[in-house]
Amino acid sequence: MAAILSISDLRKSYEGGFEALKGVSLDIDEGEILALLGPNGAGKTTLISTVCGITTPTSGSVKVGGHCILDDFRAARSLIGLVPQEINLEPFEKVINSVRFSRGLFGKPKNEPLIEDILKKLSLWDKRNAQVKELSGGMKRRVLIAKALAHEPRVLFLDEPTAGVDVELRKDMWDVVQELKDRGVTIILTTHYIEEAEAIADRVGVIADGQILLVQDKDKLMAQLGQKQLCVHLSAPITEIPASLASHDLELSETGETLIYTYDTKAERTGITALLNDVATAGLVLADVSTRQSSLEDIFVGLVSGETS
Amino acid sequence: MNWTAIWSIYRFEMARFFRTLFQSFLSPVLSTSLYFVVFGAAIGSRIDQVDGIAYGAFIVPGLIMLSVMTQSISNASFGIYFPKFIGTIYELLSAPVNFLEIVLGYVGAAATKALFIGFVILATSTLFVDITIAHPVAMVLFLVLTCLSFALMGFIIGIWAKNFEQLQLVPLLIVTPLVFLGGSFYSISMLPPIWQKITLFNPVVYLISGFRWSFFGTSDVPVGTSLMAIGLFTALCLGVIWWIFKTGWRIRS
Repeated sequence: MAAILSISDLRKSYEGGFEALKGVSLDIDEGEILALLGPNGAGKTTLISTVCGITTPTSGSVKVGGHCILDDFRAARSLIGLVPQEINLEPFEKVINSVRFSRGLFGKPKNEPLIEDILKKLSLWDKRNAQVKELSGGMKRRVLIAKALAHEPRVLFLDEPTAGVDVELRKDMWDVVQELKDRGVTIILTTHYIEEAEAIADRVGVIADGQILLVQDKDKLMAQLGQKQLCVHLSAPITEIPASLASHDLELSETGETLIYTYDTKAERTGITALLNDVATAGLVLADVSTRQSSLEDIFVGLVSGETS
Repeated sequence: MNWTAIWSIYRFEMARFFRTLFQSFLSPVLSTSLYFVVFGAAIGSRIDQVDGIAYGAFIVPGLIMLSVMTQSISNASFGIYFPKFIGTIYELLSAPVNFLEIVLGYVGAAATKALFIGFVILATSTLFVDITIAHPVAMVLFLVLTCLSFALMGFIIGIWAKNFEQLQLVPLLIVTPLVFLGGSFYSISMLPPIWQKITLFNPVVYLISGFRWSFFGTSDVPVGTSLMAIGLFTALCLGVIWWIFKTGWRIRS
């Protein structure tokens, strides 16, 4: 599939010398959902702001739908919708007018059925004539999404869309995102919540210290980097791992009741059979055996701590 | 040109004005009435005529200019400062609009509001004094140009300001003195010769003089000079705004 967003060697230094982006290159395919994970200050928002025109890049190039964001900014920006991290809304304006304004600002002709449809999907239709300041935090966030969708973008940036949103609403938003994807909208979202990336993303990018550490298919990433743990629960606790099991690189739980064996699911030999044989030979009696797959969070923490250490 | 965007910004800004229509209307009516009571009735009764015009009528153009200039500046500066303050400027910066379109929307709305207030003051004045307008078309032209040029200046102030105090600073420290000393309430021929020369460095003198000419057919400086002064001032403000958007000064990091 063709890349709808193409970022190449993008750098951004702020006044005072702080380098927020250190040569970011990234291609995003049309119709996919990419989740950008990264700790605070990693450069997620700077990356989005630069692509959207809020921040001027120091060097590098960004193309949206083949249009350069600097030389052909009108064509590039008209394809992009942005839902910012902060709730930035005119407090005294009515919800519906605020959404209409966004559509007009992008030069699109009036389309009341579309606005109605967007507001209904985001459960804002009943509040359309309320002033923005009267809404709850979650509703305001949905107004931001409605504004971004009002001009029918092909690429939608969601900068931490579910920060401070309760679990139920978060699930609703995931549904909205999924529906947009089904309509062919490309979505790039930044998040702190790993489960969010796990739940909705097609690909996951990890950014830290202004650099993209990794961009990969979510399932592949999980499979490739996903390690599994085998927990061998013993019927009686032990104080130390028997010498005959030393070659297996085991960990003993604090209670002494579980031996933990970490292995690679993709390896040719997992070593499980040999381990279980040796456990039996060592005279240990098994109470139970369980396995545990590492989550995206473990992978993420591993990557980021590897980068900063 | 993205006319839809310009119109959207204009309407969004005008909506703010209509939300507070009563205050917008009441405040100029009240302040004009106060000026007429103090300058027109109390002090004006001791001044016969200025340049052959009754003092009460003489101050009308100055009064209108005083309000129109301060209103244009405050409307436009607030109009662009507020989105900066509450963060909604992200939408303007990420929209497919250029600087001219943003300026036309904001400045157009600010100038319209000021123009409206100018006409309200003119209408209120007719309750106190007899006014005939010698050159109505020129009067409207001067008023519109003044609204636009001062709204442009207000726009610059709004971008420059880092807090609400700074927003008030330029109007208070620079514009109000210039307007008061620009012949709002007197003819510069009433000043001592040396001050007549010095006052010519005050750009507001040309605006008020030209505007007064459109009412009474007499002026302190030639009308052509007045028009040129407004033209220059407008061009200067446009130049500064063009530079602001080119460099992103205080709006785009």
